[in-house]
Amino acid sequence: MIMDEKRGSFSCEDGYMDRFPIGMRVLAVDDDPICLKLLDNLLRKCQYQVTTTNQAITALKMLRENRNNFDLIISDVNMPDMDGFKLLELVGLEMDLPVIMISAHSDTKLVMKGITHGAVDYLLKPPRIEELKNIWQHVIRKKKTDPRDQNKSTSHDKALTDTGENGHVAATTGSGDQSGRANRKRKDQDEDEEEEGEEEGLENEDSNSQKKPRVVWSVDLHKKFVQAVNQLGLGNEFFTQKEVLLAVPKKILDLMNVEGLTRENVASHLQKYRLYLKRISNVANQQANMVAALGGKDSYLRMGSLDGFGDYRNITRPGRLSNTVLSSYTPGGMLGRLNSPAFLTLRGITSSGLIQPGHSQTLSNSLSALGKLQSAVVPDQRANLFQVNQLPQNKSTTLGDFNRLNDPTGFTVAPSFPDTGVTDGSSSNSVPTVSGNPLMLQVNPQQPHSKEAFGDQSSLCVASLIPESFDFCVRDPSNFLDHNRCNDSWQGAVQLSKFPSNSLSLTEPFSHDPLLPNNLRDNVSLASSHIGNNPMDFSSSMAVSEPLADSRVDIQGHTGLIGNVIQNYATKQRWEEHRPDYRSSLNNSFSPVNSLVSPNAFSVPLSESMNQRHTVSSKKFDASLFGQLNGRSSIVQHTEVGKSDLDTRLRSNEEYLLEQTKSQEGFVQNESLDDIMSAIIKRV
Amino acid sequence: RQVSLIRQSLFDQGFLDEQFIQLEELGDDANPNFVEEVVSLYYRDSVRLIHNLEQALEKSPLDYNKLDEYMHQFKGSSSSIGAKKVKAECTQFKEFCMAEYREGCMRTFQQVKREYTTLKKKLEAYFQV
Repeated sequence: MIMDEKRGSFSCEDGYMDRFPIGMRVLAVDDDPICLKLLDNLLRKCQYQVTTTNQAITALKMLRENRNNFDLIISDVNMPDMDGFKLLELVGLEMDLPVIMISAHSDTKLVMKGITHGAVDYLLKPPRIEELKNIWQHVIRKKKTDPRDQNKSTSHDKALTDTGENGHVAATTGSGDQSGRANRKRKDQDEDEEEEGEEEGLENEDSNSQKKPRVVWSVDLHKKFVQAVNQLGLGNEFFTQKEVLLAVPKKILDLMNVEGLTRENVASHLQKYRLYLKRISNVANQQANMVAALGGKDSYLRMGSLDGFGDYRNITRPGRLSNTVLSSYTPGGMLGRLNSPAFLTLRGITSSGLIQPGHSQTLSNSLSALGKLQSAVVPDQRANLFQVNQLPQNKSTTLGDFNRLNDPTGFTVAPSFPDTGVTDGSSSNSVPTVSGNPLMLQVNPQQPHSKEAFGDQSSLCVASLIPESFDFCVRDPSNFLDHNRCNDSWQGAVQLSKFPSNSLSLTEPFSHDPLLPNNLRDNVSLASSHIGNNPMDFSSSMAVSEPLADSRVDIQGHTGLIGNVIQNYATKQRWEEHRPDYRSSLNNSFSPVNSLVSPNAFSVPLSESMNQRHTVSSKKFDASLFGQLNGRSSIVQHTEVGKSDLDTRLRSNEEYLLEQTKSQEGFVQNESLDDIMSAIIKRV
Repeated sequence: RQVSLIRQSLFDQGFLDEQFIQLEELGDDANPNFVEEVVSLYYRDSVRLIHNLEQALEKSPLDYNKLDEYMHQFKGSSSSIGAKKVKAECTQFKEFCMAEYREGCMRTFQQVKREYTTLKKKLEAYFQV
């Protein structure tokens, strides 16, 4: 893996463990200079590499610049420029790094708050060296649960009950987000016991370590949630920023009418959702260009886990997408500590319309639609393209249709895709056909729910992956929940379609999508299997904007998933990390994919964009992807952008995806993808 | 030795707690005067905090939330250097804040300042030796 070379590969799992925990990179944030100095020295005494700042904003900036520069963050609770919990949440969502809270307050409520916001630990001031000596465990834990246990998480999740906020929730509690990371959950539980027991990450990543039962925001549940929010609003397809912002948890709760769900559950989910939307919108902005080219069909894929609004798939046009309809994936989990902000922006391709006859046109249409969607979203930061309920999930249909995708004609976007499964809690169904729909374009208008941090949401266009990811997600209810999982797939899926339209979008700065890498991986794995030709997804999204949110690439194993959706977000940094993984997975997946996209075409834009955005060497990724793509379909990878992060994420995603894909039916879409891609490319 | 005697008395009399020892242990060849540096930093920075508190206490009516916030910061700093008595007074102050007991706050704040100043002198003497 390409790791962040800066620090002697600490981020690299391989070389890391040799010296670890020595040299672990900690970022300490505290406005109290005395305490900060103390922390600095104490941590150095523990032989960690310490960076300090007395401003949360500076800390965020540093993290966003390169998530891979740090392994762990310690943050004070009370800070003048930003609330410590907010920082905690942002870090969790964007970078998915472990955060320890520290405070002079030992108030139970505060500790609980830390837990619910995803802190891995809560220390009391003054800091003591004995405690600091053990903080490295959180890094390990996160790493462990992340890529490995994906399988377990599912069951694990179910087992978890949400003790934190609500007594019992109908849905399986647990780290919903984790769906992708089944392992994590399970691990969390185990680890929970051992750990401080403070973590309770509602978000994916954190949840790993926590056992706390959580409300699992299944696809169904999320769908209901979105419906409720929609109802509160104008009932438009698209969420406007205002709607979401003004949505009242209590009302949503009432509308949802789910037994066992508490207002707190809804509130926290809403928060995540907002963040997700914000993120998407950022991405959408970037994607706007691309979308235009694509034809604007935004299909939102809903990634299962709520915690992370992993994939928000916007289904821009129900009509169009109806088939492919990617149910907008409610970001449920995403926000939380979304480790993988898998925001896959699926470009309209998904909509079955795209693929169907006159595919090129449809594709473009959808793309444009997508683009529009994005543009719409973009302006309004908060606006989300997220259409949660809009997309008629045609689970059944899409799935079946997917097969059509393989049509030589190219775009047979399985209309059924729509079921992006994502939204559908019942999962599995909807997605399954994902394969057919490489077009899943996901516009993730991320609404930075007051979280600046989210900056750019990378919308990944997972052209090809969509089907896969959806499928992936859908299939497995846990998947759904597991944002990570889905996200991964999607996120990775960089929409190639996007690329053609404009590499520009890519340029958007990847704000930080820590999740991306993970997503990518997953996506990749899935995508590969499914899509085959989803190379598109990758790079474009990534490069485009930071927000790549976690484009998880579901490429995994599935027949040539090319559509590794690259999470824009993650791409920024993760790419690097994941790159290696990606490449391999891509290769696999790509093979089937024809070079839809001319690598050059994409790469160029990508690099440009990428440079703009991230310093991270996405190049590598691109290169690899391209290679793959060229073979079949070129996948543009923007991975360069945020490589390091992506890499990691991708990796995890990939793994995740792989698992997922296995269970999935495999998308077929190679052919269609290729076609689509070509169509897209031509358009550009 | 005089130094160690003074030091010991500071602990015995409850002016300092084990946190101070932690600070001492952090000093090494590279940072021989770490404790001193931290203490100086504390006294520099806390001036601002005390000022904030004084200003807030002059208001009428008292904004207890703000007071609590300021005191929390001050308490955090004080505890970081191991200022035991100061910290105790801070805790008391916060309790009065919670109870919104104005007089209690005023009184306790004076005690906070007293302990703060006393410790400062003692530490100065200690470091000079």
